[in-house]
Amino acid sequence: MQDIDKVYPLAGENVHALKNVSLTMEEGEYLSVLGPSGSGKSTLMNIIGCLDIPTSGEYMLRGREVEDMDEQELAELRNREIGFIFQNSQLLPRLTARRNVELPLIYSGVKPKERRERAEKMLERVGLKDRMDHLPTQLSGGQQQRVAIARALVGNPSILLADEPTGALDQKTGAQIMQLFQELNEEKRTVIMITHDLKIASNARRVVHIIDGEITEGGLHDA
Amino acid sequence: MLNGARKRMIMVRESIVMALDNIRSNRVRSFLTLLGIMIGVMAVITLITTVSGVSGTLSSSFSSMGVGTLTVSVTGSDLKSGVTPEDLEVISNLDSVDGVVPSVSLNGRVSYGNNVQSGIAVSGRNSYYFILNQDMIVQGRPLNYIDDNNSSYVCVISQEIVDKFFLGKNPIGETLYISGLPFTIVGRYQEDSGGGVASIFSGSPAVLIPYTTAMQVNNSNDINSFTVYLKEGMDSSAAQEEIESTMDVLFDYEEDCFTVSSMESIEDTMNTMTTMLSSLLAGIASIALLVGGIGIMNMMLTTVTERTGEIGLKKALGAIPGQIQIQFLLESFLLSMIGGLLGVAFGLLLSFTLCQVLGTSFVLNIGAIVLGVGFSAAVGIVFGWAPARKASRLNPIDALRAV
Repeated sequence: MQDIDKVYPLAGENVHALKNVSLTMEEGEYLSVLGPSGSGKSTLMNIIGCLDIPTSGEYMLRGREVEDMDEQELAELRNREIGFIFQNSQLLPRLTARRNVELPLIYSGVKPKERRERAEKMLERVGLKDRMDHLPTQLSGGQQQRVAIARALVGNPSILLADEPTGALDQKTGAQIMQLFQELNEEKRTVIMITHDLKIASNARRVVHIIDGEITEGGLHDA
Repeated sequence: MLNGARKRMIMVRESIVMALDNIRSNRVRSFLTLLGIMIGVMAVITLITTVSGVSGTLSSSFSSMGVGTLTVSVTGSDLKSGVTPEDLEVISNLDSVDGVVPSVSLNGRVSYGNNVQSGIAVSGRNSYYFILNQDMIVQGRPLNYIDDNNSSYVCVISQEIVDKFFLGKNPIGETLYISGLPFTIVGRYQEDSGGGVASIFSGSPAVLIPYTTAMQVNNSNDINSFTVYLKEGMDSSAAQEEIESTMDVLFDYEEDCFTVSSMESIEDTMNTMTTMLSSLLAGIASIALLVGGIGIMNMMLTTVTERTGEIGLKKALGAIPGQIQIQFLLESFLLSMIGGLLGVAFGLLLSFTLCQVLGTSFVLNIGAIVLGVGFSAAVGIVFGWAPARKASRLNPIDALRAV
């Protein structure tokens, strides 16, 4: 995996959400971005997740220049390289757990049979083997977040990008999710976690601090 | 790596499943929305089918009575107030003409013994008429050329006369007084059941007598109306011209003395009118379709707004704008199609009922069905386009935040 390298100020209505942020990451890392709300960490996540492109600066993801891509290329890149995990799991309420997990595979054009097998395997991996045909409302918050993790993993992305993954969970379930992230990282998956909670952030092996759109600590690789 | 076409196919299939799922989950709203399309299509189908059924019945009764005949009515000029039997002879000797039937009407009192009835239609015909309508005499004999030549005082009567004068009696051989003159009844005829529409135009006479006798009773030598029967396979418009030029000679090129009309021309006019009528009605009905389309657009716009979060999520998971657009477009398309198909079903049911009530034949109009289904498909796509485009253009970040 090539290094991610970016430097950019972002001018959304002349607000500099990020100022000259540089960040390098290597494959297999477990990194957390820590910052209070309004610090620009969500903006940073959007750019890392290829949901947005920087106003200026460069972003290389696995050797590919992201900043010049159009919407379609970005969508395909997200589909292949990024697994999103959101604060409140963001499952489609009318689809079963398995159908939710299948979604990214639908967009990458995987055939139904293979899709189903991969979704089932992934749900098994997060410990929901017996909940596959449940609707999200029939699952607990922790279980929902596990489904979301399975969905993020099913496309075999290079980066797992989690935005406040435990924000909506109680401490005990949150700890279980953290445990799962730990295991996933041990399986050589790259994990990036965005949070405002120092305790959560400290689960990661490397913590990047961001305040007022600037990285104050741990931006460049110091290992 | 999958090729694009196969990927698209998988995507379309998934979109159909998702679209149906969404339509189902908003059952009431979907139903109300597709009701608009349904009513529109139903109106179009019903109007077209019913009108074409009515016009079909009309034109079939026209052609059953009218093929190969021309009707001539004579108003005459100052010098010549009608045609004479000799003139008819000239017409019937034309190349295209098989025969001519004059119609000389009398409107007189008819009596039998003390029973006097007025307002009974009496018409003078010739023997050719009875040769043409072999089956109409059910009792006794028809009028023949001897009756024509001798101006015999004989008549054939309809069931109406039997009912009025001869209930329970055999009328043959009895004497009927018409305008005070005695006529011997020689036969009884059955009115032609197929000539329902024909009788509207010619009136349905109750008593038929030789036309020569009728002219004598009228004390005139004029025939003011006759029907020309063309030989088999003759072109009626060419024959019409031939008759018109012959008549022109007879009337010394005086203008406006007669009119020659063919059943085909009446039928054509009728068909043009019904076609115009049905397209006019269908045009009005398609306004309902337009309103239905606006309903679909409204619902789809609401749906897009409601499902902003879902759209954002799908985009984050890698759905390209085209895939989002297809999903919403398919949803409005399917919604409209369901409405259209229901409209076709109910429209056919309704027009079938209407045709039964009106007593016309029900003809399955494939064109109307294709129009109805095609129109609703088009409505679904046209009115779903803008909402689907709106959905596909949503910024994933904003869309995700909306939840």
